[in-house]
Amino acid sequence: MTTVSAPSPTRPWEASPKDRLRDGVLFALSIGLAYAVVSLTAMKGKLAYFALFFIFYMALTAGFQLYSRGYAAAKDAFVNSLVAIGAVVTVLPIASIIFTVVAKGIKGIHLGLFTHDMALAAPTDPLSSGGLLHAITGTVTLVILALIMSIPIGILTAVYLTEIRGSLTRPIQFLVQAMSGVPSIVAGLFILSAILYPITHAYSAFMGALALTILMIPTIARTSQEVLKLIPNDLREAGVALGGTQWRTVAMIVLPAARSGLITAVILGIARIAGETAPLLLLTGGGDKVNPNPFNGSIGSLPYYIWKSFNAGSPEAITRAWAGLLVLMVLILILFTLARLLGTRKVAR
Amino acid sequence: MSTIAAERQVPAPRVLTTQPRFSDKVFRAVVTTGGLSSLIILGLIAIFLSYRGFEVLRQEGFHFLTSSDWSITTDDAGNVTESHFGIAAMLVGTILCSIIAVVIALPVSVFSALFLNFYAPAWLKKILVAVIDMMAAFPSILFGIWGFLVLMPSVEYWAKLLNKYLGFLPFFKLHPYVVTRSPFVAGVVLAIMIIPIITSVSREIFSQAPLDRIQAAYALGATRWAMIKAVVIPHGRSGVIGGAMLGLGRAMGETVAVFTVLNIVFQVNWQMLLGVGGNVASLIILKFGEASPYEIKALMAAGLVLFLLTLVVNALADLIVRSTGKSGR
Repeated sequence: MTTVSAPSPTRPWEASPKDRLRDGVLFALSIGLAYAVVSLTAMKGKLAYFALFFIFYMALTAGFQLYSRGYAAAKDAFVNSLVAIGAVVTVLPIASIIFTVVAKGIKGIHLGLFTHDMALAAPTDPLSSGGLLHAITGTVTLVILALIMSIPIGILTAVYLTEIRGSLTRPIQFLVQAMSGVPSIVAGLFILSAILYPITHAYSAFMGALALTILMIPTIARTSQEVLKLIPNDLREAGVALGGTQWRTVAMIVLPAARSGLITAVILGIARIAGETAPLLLLTGGGDKVNPNPFNGSIGSLPYYIWKSFNAGSPEAITRAWAGLLVLMVLILILFTLARLLGTRKVAR
Repeated sequence: MSTIAAERQVPAPRVLTTQPRFSDKVFRAVVTTGGLSSLIILGLIAIFLSYRGFEVLRQEGFHFLTSSDWSITTDDAGNVTESHFGIAAMLVGTILCSIIAVVIALPVSVFSALFLNFYAPAWLKKILVAVIDMMAAFPSILFGIWGFLVLMPSVEYWAKLLNKYLGFLPFFKLHPYVVTRSPFVAGVVLAIMIIPIITSVSREIFSQAPLDRIQAAYALGATRWAMIKAVVIPHGRSGVIGGAMLGLGRAMGETVAVFTVLNIVFQVNWQMLLGVGGNVASLIILKFGEASPYEIKALMAAGLVLFLLTLVVNALADLIVRSTGKSGR
């Protein structure tokens, strides 16, 4: 009788302790070298540390690989470092933005911010007076008006592109893409020239919402289209096979099945326009009082408030701007998290 | 049992038709109208901006694009006596800033897209993708104010370094030594804004690289870089270029972020480190506040030029991205 000894499984692709030790040593060595060079030569500053560390690390790993495994491995190690630096440079600004906005904005946040408007306060007044109420209500008004107009158009466009595949599908797909590239200031100018000057002659939330609608439609249309494409064709065929017309199939089977995805599309659309500034500067007038009438009179909004405070320039005003930015950023973070949660639930089902 | 009775029970044959029912006709009409909305809106934008800007465009002719005067004089009654409108400086500034942005953003985005697809562990990839997508949705005013108050001092320091050590290169020359609020600073801020866009387009394209070829490359003993060079880059090259064009279009139309960091001067300037620049979109914000009705028309004409410019860039980007989707495999 022979005993068969099963070979114990190995994972040759994983880093061995020796490899890890080597990586750690190279990493530490390049930090040390960068530190030494900065303290010995005239170069100084964060940039010098960062750049020198990166150059040393790249050179050390590539050199080590060249010595131990040859030219191809050295090139691979070189690209490894480049790719890592790419990721770091992409993430660094966002970390800096979030950190700065929170650190500077938190000073301007107090309870009165959400219960007062700026009717009796100037941006340069002490921080305890005045607040964001007019800006928050204004932004909510603008977003709701824009939603009322852009949800039907955006979803109809998506339905056209996925359900009715006529000869116009390709050109319309192209136009939706082109529309998503329309600069926000051009959307503002368009409403200014087409409606505000010839017809209404007055700033109002509605004018701003029209411009925001133009910016929001492509976002909603493209995201909804992606969602509708994911709905299996079996559902549509089943609907038609049961004798349903196309109208009933789409309205009662396809759209309900895509519901959470469509909500995600709408939330992404809100995130797209919530902080849009340029068209509001042209169209809404940026009033300092809570304005309950969306069709007449100038109305404030978060971006406009931030812009006004930033341009006022005094330290108090700048802190106000940071506080406004913090509120806006938190709003967008919440919207984005919601969209993510809904989006993943759709996939899980 | 009579045959007549049996015949009576047979219903008349159903009329088969391919005609949609009435409800479907209405449905199709409504949906098609909705689908055409993008055409209608884009058309209306072009029509209204050209209609409003027509007077100025006719008066200035081709000089609107080639001169860089922007002046208007009115008499006491408010009538325009003399006016010169030209956006050459702003056009040059728009192109210069956005090209700087793309030149900086493209390598960074390609590398980070490669990192996300082929280097990052799954958990890190998930987090980074969420963060980068969110960054793409951040409002431009956030980038503008952050860029002005936080980023600008360091970028000006980098600009001085570039000028000191690489000043012999023609595009890093700096004649009057003014580095504050230069197109370079605006370009860096725009680059940070478009990195998420180019990264997510490139990531999308790279993830469509054929898996069998990737595995074949590894099976032949390729290193990760050799695999990327042989499989991923040939597959994704034109898609990445399309993504860069999308970023270019976004950078050209950017208003607030550029306005906060750029020193807007009506003077054609190709020196990227010199603190003189412009941008068509920020011109509109700058002049809108105190503009007379006639000057507003000139701003409309400038808006039309910007609209057409971004439309062309976006159309090219779309064509390029779409053609890769098909020919890639």
